[in-house]
Amino acid sequence: MRLTLRIWRQPDAEAPGAMRTYEVEDISPDMSFLEMLDTLNEALILQGEEPVAFDHDCREGICGACGMVINGQAHGPERTTACQLHMRHFADGDTIDVEPWRAAAFPVVRDLMVDRSAFDRIIEAGGYVTAPTGSAPEAHATPVPKPDADTAFAHAECIGCGACVAACPNGSAMLFTSAKVNHLGSLPQGAPERDTRVLDMVDQMDAEGFGGCTLAGECATACPKGIPLPSISAMNREFLRASRRR
Amino acid sequence: MADMQAYESFTTGAPLTDTKAPDGPIAERWDRRRFEAKLVNPANRRKRTVIVVGTGLAGGSAGATLAEQGYRVIQFCYQDSPRRAHSVAAQGGINAAKNYRNDGDSVHRLFYDTVKGGDFRARESNVHRLAEISTQIIDQCVAQGVPFAREYGGLLDTRSFGGVQVSRTFYARGQTGQQLLLGAYQALSRQIAAGRVEMHPRTEMLDLIVIDGYARGIVARDLLSGRIDSYFADAVVLATGGYGNVFYLSTNAKNSNATAVWRAHRRGAHFANPCFTQIHPTCIPRSGDHQSKLTLMSESLRNDGRIWVPRQAGDDRPPGRIPEDERDYYLERQYPSFGNLVPRDIASRAAKHVCDEGRGVGPGGQGVYLDFADAIARMGRAAVEERYGNLFEMYARITAEDPYTRPMRIYPAIHYTMGGLWVDYDLQTTVPGLFAIGEANFSDHGANRLGASALMQGLADGYFVLPATLGDYLARHPHQDVDPDHPAVHETVLAVTDRLYQLLSNSGDRTPDSFHRELGELLWDQCGMSRTEAGLHKALARIPQLREEFWERIRVPGSGEALNQSLEKANRIADHLELAELMCLDALHRTESCGGHFREESRTEDGEAARDDEKFSYVAAWEFTGTGRPPVLHKEALDFAYVHPTQRSYT
Amino acid sequence: MAVTGLAMLLYLIAHMLGNLKVFFGPDEMNGYAHWLRTIGEPVLHHEWFLWIVRFGLLAAVVLHGVSAYQLSRRDLAARPVKYAHARRRASYATRTMRWGGVIVALFVVWHLLDLTTGTVNPRGESGHPYENIVATFDTWYGDTIYIVAMLAVGLHIRHGFWSAAQTLGAGSPGRARALKATANILALVLTAGFLSVPLAVMTGVVS
Repeated sequence: MRLTLRIWRQPDAEAPGAMRTYEVEDISPDMSFLEMLDTLNEALILQGEEPVAFDHDCREGICGACGMVINGQAHGPERTTACQLHMRHFADGDTIDVEPWRAAAFPVVRDLMVDRSAFDRIIEAGGYVTAPTGSAPEAHATPVPKPDADTAFAHAECIGCGACVAACPNGSAMLFTSAKVNHLGSLPQGAPERDTRVLDMVDQMDAEGFGGCTLAGECATACPKGIPLPSISAMNREFLRASRRR
Repeated sequence: MADMQAYESFTTGAPLTDTKAPDGPIAERWDRRRFEAKLVNPANRRKRTVIVVGTGLAGGSAGATLAEQGYRVIQFCYQDSPRRAHSVAAQGGINAAKNYRNDGDSVHRLFYDTVKGGDFRARESNVHRLAEISTQIIDQCVAQGVPFAREYGGLLDTRSFGGVQVSRTFYARGQTGQQLLLGAYQALSRQIAAGRVEMHPRTEMLDLIVIDGYARGIVARDLLSGRIDSYFADAVVLATGGYGNVFYLSTNAKNSNATAVWRAHRRGAHFANPCFTQIHPTCIPRSGDHQSKLTLMSESLRNDGRIWVPRQAGDDRPPGRIPEDERDYYLERQYPSFGNLVPRDIASRAAKHVCDEGRGVGPGGQGVYLDFADAIARMGRAAVEERYGNLFEMYARITAEDPYTRPMRIYPAIHYTMGGLWVDYDLQTTVPGLFAIGEANFSDHGANRLGASALMQGLADGYFVLPATLGDYLARHPHQDVDPDHPAVHETVLAVTDRLYQLLSNSGDRTPDSFHRELGELLWDQCGMSRTEAGLHKALARIPQLREEFWERIRVPGSGEALNQSLEKANRIADHLELAELMCLDALHRTESCGGHFREESRTEDGEAARDDEKFSYVAAWEFTGTGRPPVLHKEALDFAYVHPTQRSYT
Repeated sequence: MAVTGLAMLLYLIAHMLGNLKVFFGPDEMNGYAHWLRTIGEPVLHHEWFLWIVRFGLLAAVVLHGVSAYQLSRRDLAARPVKYAHARRRASYATRTMRWGGVIVALFVVWHLLDLTTGTVNPRGESGHPYENIVATFDTWYGDTIYIVAMLAVGLHIRHGFWSAAQTLGAGSPGRARALKATANILALVLTAGFLSVPLAVMTGVVS
């Protein structure tokens, strides 16, 4: 395949950036999107140019490092991560636009790489169960009904990639935050800190400069792990409940 | 050629002994060690600083636990967030001797299985401790809110894994590693918020600072700004994972690397059993030269899938057109009692063997079929979907083939490294004050790791072992400030900056990846699934040349004062080029076959791996003497008082 | 936004049902309008109930508008750099919440001047709402303004109701379909109910 790529290039957080056009040839349909970028980068290095910077690590769709907006869609046209998107979903001769996540809370650090540390700070605000090592009771002391365990798991699948924020027309982080609130909130182990967790995490989310939620639903459509949109409503319920009790 | 012979003519130094392991009945040793360990007064702990490098299962759990105990922790990871460490990708599960199934499991049985599974190349004391702690890990993780799979009654579900006869594997669908890692990450996040862990993401350790023989800090590069800084501490813990990426294509994350352990090795930490690498039999084969990494599929697929290749070499008909009697179900034929469920190493070698005969399938003939047609006929498509749906989906996404109608293609890939920095019972390396945990140490898995044991070991080390033993070290070594102008600090920083400068200033004509790929291919061919004396000699001759070529022809665009991913890569490959040499030497010197290390010359009459306990019942710990210079071998004799070595047989 | 939105939604339902009186002739309609002014008597004085409702509505409109303004500002600030490759996102109703809201707000001003104060009504005779309504819908611009605004109201309700339910925590995977259906039905019924009046005037069913 032969493709035209228009990629956002920006040397660092302060410098201005722009879309640059590159041509790549001999792209195999079996390549992943990132392998296609590897090919471009190998060529750039040999031309003495700096390769396109992008975050990536496991390339199995689970670490959440990779993420770029491909033709206006977070992680591209398939519901998966960019590393698991294959070039067979594009056609020979296509022009593909590649941009970084765009959000005030995710400043670009270089090219397609953004700073997602805001997510870490949201977790630090309360996305945990206080269970110091060694203090745990016997695992079977508290049975967890299977439906609750399944709900917890469905939300715990979040990989923290940030596609929800990138896809949201308002740059909101509600789906990310709600995934953790609901993961821990649906388990008995998470119950004692339920109220402070949701209040503190939402406070931190707001403080990071994410946009507000207007329930556009783009986040859940883009989420490679399928975190469901009602997750947001469930967090609102938690939030209202915690606010009442405060 | 002269150089090569010099490297191969290593000398054998003084034997190593693990002075920290208590004696007495094996089941009491860990209790005794903890009781005899000195403690640091809680009020003094905040004055003691510990550096933890890596935030995977071992590093994340260690950082969180040390901070909970009151130590000041400075933690590093190269990823943008501690949540992305590659433990996240582990699929299968975590073993624990809970015996919830009442199926005869016990601490002793897990201990026994692990020692035997490791082909008698692990320490009994360590493995027993691991088995004891396994049960506490499950308790700890459940308390953190890890959503393990549960039964309808609300209790934890377990499954049997990797051919073990008891159901001791706890799991969270196919994402156990992710869930356990998030548990550790969240515990760590709590400590970061409390100000007890100073977290440095996107910061890579590039060297170890050793002052007067003690590990006192690290030199690290901020990957965004390129800034090189030194960090000082009372002790340094390496939790940087394995070195599987030396093979270029592996199931490791793209950025997983051996730099931290290799730099520590260069600074005096012995490297143990580097040739013990594990190959996983059920990975998705490569689709072409562009392949950047390999993806593993859970071994559980072998429970219902049947592995075969065409009987005739060069038979390129589509699988559906090959009649039953022209197929060779080679595992079922060679190992009638275990069939498709033979251990990882055996399944892997058998696959390589049939592909070498020209009977492999798919692009380049590097694959074998894993066929579910019988399973679908037997249980129905719905049942297969229920059990393996997510794996089939993953396979279909990557290969664009439908595994329900066409057999999957699989091929072995490098997956885990049992070798690593030599550590004593306290997990301390041969450099006082330097500890190695998780996959980074040479560990408790001997020559072969059992499925679902890596997660167990990482968390055992991080949550329970290290926090107990590190305290003893700190209590015995009162705090002394590090002079930032100490010559050793300057020397280390200079070594780092020099090397980066060398990489940046060389305007060669080859990319970092081109060297990595070449090295990986060489290792895979000569030091991969099976190894021969001739092949290893060949590799040992080629590696120094490749290394020389690397420093002559490498091209790294950009500058060191900014984010530069090519520079990061090149710097890691430089270390891989040294580590690869040691791996081959270790593989050459160990003329027996054991676990993941298969020497063609050492086989039984049936062609199976033949271990040589007379000569090789030891841990090979190598001491660094200089790049390309022959290392010194230190042997730690292994003693088996509880599990008597037997030859594995699966026929 | 959710609470004020739902309050206004309740009002709209009552308003729409009241509007249907127009199909029963001038006496029914005008009598109904008169009755509205007497609700609560003798505890409340004449028109007090109406004024209470009006103040309540005014508060809801103002709070709704202010929240919308604040939310929009925050949302726009959260994405300072737009995507170069723009792509149509979300449903039409969702995308038009902001401008749809503005259109409805402007309409309300016109609507009050037309049928409450009678300022811009072609007839503008107080106490005769039936005749005033017919007068408005006898003009082409009256029909156009009203129809456009009612379509905007429908879209606004479609996303607004569902969205408010989520904000108030009423959403769940099991209820998602029911909520969406309710939102669609509410939007459809209200739009149809409101539109029936100008259409009736235009077709001569009501004159």
